[in-house]
Amino acid sequence: MTSPPPSPALRSPLPSPPPRRSPAIAFTLAIALLVIFCLAPVLWQLITSIKVNADIETIPNIYWPSRQTLSHYAELFVRRPFFNYLFNSGFVAIASTALCLAIGTPAAYSLARQPIPGRSLILGLILIVTLFPYILLFLGLLELARAFGLGNNYLALIVPYTAINLPLTILVMRSFFQQLPRDLEDAAQMDGYSTGQMLLNILLPLTLPALVTTGILTFIFSWNEFLFALTFMTEESLKTIPVATAQLSGASQFETPYGPLAAATVVGTIPLVMLVLFFQRKIVQGLTAGAVKG
Amino acid sequence: MPPSPSRSRTWPTVFLFLAPAIALLLLIYGYPIARSLGLSLMTQNLGTQLEPQFSGLGNYGRMVGDGRFWHTLGNTAVFTIAAVTIELVLGLAIALLLHRKFWGRGLVRTIAILPWALPTAVMAVGWAWIFNDQYGVVNDLLQRLHLISGPINWLGDPALAMVSLIVADVWKTTPFVSVLLLAGLQSIPDDLYEAHAIDGATPWQSFWAITLPLLMPQLAIAVLFRFAQSFGVFDLVQVMTGGGPAGSTETVSLYIYATVMRYLDFGYGAALTVVTFLLLVATVAIAIALLGRRGLRQL
Repeated sequence: MTSPPPSPALRSPLPSPPPRRSPAIAFTLAIALLVIFCLAPVLWQLITSIKVNADIETIPNIYWPSRQTLSHYAELFVRRPFFNYLFNSGFVAIASTALCLAIGTPAAYSLARQPIPGRSLILGLILIVTLFPYILLFLGLLELARAFGLGNNYLALIVPYTAINLPLTILVMRSFFQQLPRDLEDAAQMDGYSTGQMLLNILLPLTLPALVTTGILTFIFSWNEFLFALTFMTEESLKTIPVATAQLSGASQFETPYGPLAAATVVGTIPLVMLVLFFQRKIVQGLTAGAVKG
Repeated sequence: MPPSPSRSRTWPTVFLFLAPAIALLLLIYGYPIARSLGLSLMTQNLGTQLEPQFSGLGNYGRMVGDGRFWHTLGNTAVFTIAAVTIELVLGLAIALLLHRKFWGRGLVRTIAILPWALPTAVMAVGWAWIFNDQYGVVNDLLQRLHLISGPINWLGDPALAMVSLIVADVWKTTPFVSVLLLAGLQSIPDDLYEAHAIDGATPWQSFWAITLPLLMPQLAIAVLFRFAQSFGVFDLVQVMTGGGPAGSTETVSLYIYATVMRYLDFGYGAALTVVTFLLLVATVAIAIALLGRRGLRQL
């Protein structure tokens, strides 16, 4: 049976005891295991991508190749349109991120500050919608894309990606708006700003950190998305990175190009590795704000 | 609370601010679900020259006797339950690990986020390579450790292919879970632990008495999100095993995809979509009911 937490009045007047520390060795070992666990698959792809073909297919595996090559990377960009793939992924990701922030931020403000009938219901639905697996949307969106002739059109990806990221954007930005002091808005209104002007000129600069956070999350999602990219972008020069990489594996009939495959994996993940390295804290903030606070 | 002075000019602004988002959400989320519902009552496939013909509950009747559907449902259930359970336990352990100050904690957290941030489809290619029967690292390491005598055909064996998938999924999403739980851990006041310790409790006892109960909302959210995501898993399975060998790792989402794209059986695909949707809704509803009112309030 758990005892109820002690009320502040009963809290001990003594200084708090030092936190218990588990044996340093066990702790360090656990951290080391965690780091290895997270990095190992990525590092293995990196190592494989610079091995010569003969070394790749050597058993037992070579973990520290004595000879290296960049030929696999060269093949990606020379024999396959990898620049196109990178551009496609980047363009779609940036466009959907921009659109999502543009549409989601005013909506978030509205839900944070303005009286709206059925606000709880709207928020509840927005939250529930984040649980939908994309396969549920697949058939309907396929029909829409065909109806509007959007096959192999960037819009076929940009619009769904924007919509899929709206819930998280709205929830995160809303909680951010709620934390801003109301005096700011009241003062702005007394100075004669319209709500739109106030949002744009006064509040937006303040919300920049939150915008960056949600922007990064949207970018990550859009770059990584697979199902819709696979379905709607079938033309080789329009494919996104995940689709192109996955389809590299079935390229040759007689031999699987392990080297270029590994190189493709590395190239396809570098932008995200960079993002994570520079924006780790923001990413974590965004994830927890969106998911925990709901 | 005094009424906001902007109330009189609120309505046009509300419409302008909120409408685009709501409209887009309705279009991308609402329309497909509604359309699938309607289409599921039709037969529209190669047999009908791709023209829709009303068939009532025919598709649903067909589903009852469709062995492949039940098989994929079973695969999905196995995958989901195994993956989510492991990720929860592992995620909690990692969160507890990261919940103390140590040198390099920021860097470790960065590294922990990496698996989640990388494209599933791209890493699936990598995992297929890792589990490759001839040149894969897993076989190599196991053999070097003398745990197996010869290479195992991971992706060619029905049970082992599922294991490989689960390993890849655990790798990718455990960080996500641990980040959620870490936030929850950080919101538990230290005084509770101190008081408990003063009463003579061990950290192990504190974990069960304080940590776990107070972490319940975050745990519930993590389970909910992970369950929904696992249930609809597509990228990982499609790229890593393609549903093979011989459909032994085919999940519901793969079946829907194949039904629509390969067999051009739109009516049936819609019915499968609807049933998947209902199953998900039912499970979420049960979970929320179990969560109870107190948990919901904390959500």
